[in-house]
Amino acid sequence: MASKSLAAPVANSAPGALFAIRPGEITQAPSRWQSMVDKAFRGSSFLFACCTILLVTFIVFRITVSAIPAMRHEGLSFLSGRVWDPNTAQHGIAPQIWGTLYTSILALVIGTAFGLAAAVFLSEGYLGQIMFAILRGFNLHLHPFWAKVPDRIEDLLRQLIELLAAIPSVVYGLWGIFVVIPLIRPACNWLHLKLGWMALFSTDLSGPGVMPAVIVLAIMILPTITAISRDALTSVPPKLRMAAYGLGATRWETIFGVILPTASRGIFGGMVLAFGRALGETMALAMLVGNSNRISLSLFSPANTLAALLANNFPEAGPEEVSILMYAALVLLGITLIVNIFGAIILQQASRAAVE
Amino acid sequence: MATANLNSNLNMTDPFAGVDFGQLEHSLRRPRTLMDFVLSGLVTVVTLSALVPLFSVIWMLAWRGGKRLSVAVFTQLPPAALESGGGFGNAIVGTLLMVGLAVAITVPVGIMTAIYLAQNRQSKLAEAVRFASKVLTGFPSILAGVFAYGAIVLTTGGYSALAGAVALCILMLPTIVLTSEDAIRMVPSRMKEAAIGMGATPTQTVWMVLLPTAIPGILTGVMLAIARAAGETAPLLFTALFSNYWLFSHGHAQLMRPTASLAVLIYNFAGMPFENQVELAWAAALVLVLLVLAANLIGRSFSGRQVQQS
Repeated sequence: MASKSLAAPVANSAPGALFAIRPGEITQAPSRWQSMVDKAFRGSSFLFACCTILLVTFIVFRITVSAIPAMRHEGLSFLSGRVWDPNTAQHGIAPQIWGTLYTSILALVIGTAFGLAAAVFLSEGYLGQIMFAILRGFNLHLHPFWAKVPDRIEDLLRQLIELLAAIPSVVYGLWGIFVVIPLIRPACNWLHLKLGWMALFSTDLSGPGVMPAVIVLAIMILPTITAISRDALTSVPPKLRMAAYGLGATRWETIFGVILPTASRGIFGGMVLAFGRALGETMALAMLVGNSNRISLSLFSPANTLAALLANNFPEAGPEEVSILMYAALVLLGITLIVNIFGAIILQQASRAAVE
Repeated sequence: MATANLNSNLNMTDPFAGVDFGQLEHSLRRPRTLMDFVLSGLVTVVTLSALVPLFSVIWMLAWRGGKRLSVAVFTQLPPAALESGGGFGNAIVGTLLMVGLAVAITVPVGIMTAIYLAQNRQSKLAEAVRFASKVLTGFPSILAGVFAYGAIVLTTGGYSALAGAVALCILMLPTIVLTSEDAIRMVPSRMKEAAIGMGATPTQTVWMVLLPTAIPGILTGVMLAIARAAGETAPLLFTALFSNYWLFSHGHAQLMRPTASLAVLIYNFAGMPFENQVELAWAAALVLVLLVLAANLIGRSFSGRQVQQS
């Protein structure tokens, strides 16, 4: 649209008038006012750009400063203490750190299995092949409308998986309480009854616990893994695929032997970012994990995470407890920043390698 | 077989002499092909099962939320513990107000930053800003709340809609910066070069060529950021808190008071042992998801209208 409005004055003037250059009308150095505006605008865009960096620095600074009193008071034993009891002023976040890592790692394993499968399905043209076979059965595969259906369905499927990311986490929490927990409870308690001697199943699921939290968390990080892995898979050069087929490899030998190894860096970067997201996820966990400060391998026992601890204790914290919670927030910030920066660097290298 | 005949006619050694052509046939009885078939089926089943939660969530929202939906829930205040009826009108207003405030703060900052990034692609600062934005993308939302608590709630001395909006800003900023930068970069370079060739200053180029052309992409980013911010709960829990009253009193909005939001209402009511509150939580979840999806779909509809680089 803009290009048209810019071109309009030239098009409107008569062809002859085009060459009659009157000084000061067509060619003209920017006026003083114009160059002043230009400088001011460029300066302000520079300042706003600096804002983003300042914001990140200020966030880290603000949380650190608020945490300093607690750091002096609690020291490093804060990280290893196992008891959180405001009444006796005992504060240790080892169970929360354990719970955060345990739930996130389990969710990452499940989320990667499903997310990567979906990415392969969407990037290898499976649906197109199945639909083409069906359409050929009806002799519709060259029909102008029906022939486009496979592409459209694949697109729809991709968008549906992206839609999983659009649903707010508090809604997932609500769904987890009223759907997931009642649904998996009989199966979990049966596992506890039959295989209770294993550490993984050593308690029964009495309501909220690690398992429902992990399931919901896996659903929430799946779209991230699928989107990034799909990008990595589709950017594998086609000649590699063709060469593998040409050597007689089957589709899955190609996928395992050529495509996945080539895309592995991008996929790994996506996994790291998804892991970072799982670490920082709050609401679904605060609603489903059970908020109980214990360290247990059991999948069915209630646990706690750093983010859930913050969400539950901040609203009614006094000035001293705020500082202690800020310390816990700083620990969470440290963990997620390291994971996120690591992931961003890997993805940057992966995209650079793809360009080369 | 035709090739083989040809070769023997020419009195040359048959290169396919030892080949059993039956081996090349596609048959599921061979382990390699069978493996291929099984894995293909598995991946199809796994992909489709990944969508089951989505449909389950939508079904539950429509069933349990739709049951309770009426005009009253939009116009009434949240009910007390054992009260019947009630609604969440103030929470809808609160969510809209806080997201609106956040948009008003973030959009100018985000777009100006994006302009800087697109105009100075290679500079050290641009690289740093881009990296900071990417790091902010994965920033845990609860920490945005912790920051806003430390920076706004502690300094102004109380929970407020403003603190909630600031927390949402931090979550919206990276989305707006990164998508706007992409949109501005996607403007065909010939258009930019034409403007510069006509003697436009960089500022004129930005305002008259780059921004008008990139506006669909920028709007997509803004709508996606709104969709994300509207659904966020964690940053609002201890910045805006919650309120059982209307935001507007004596004819003007109370920006410095605790403010209700849909997301926090769902969180509070989901854990209550009262049937009425749980039903309201489902109805609020339905309204929230519809709001978020609407913002998402509007955003996506813009992205189709982008000018393509040729």
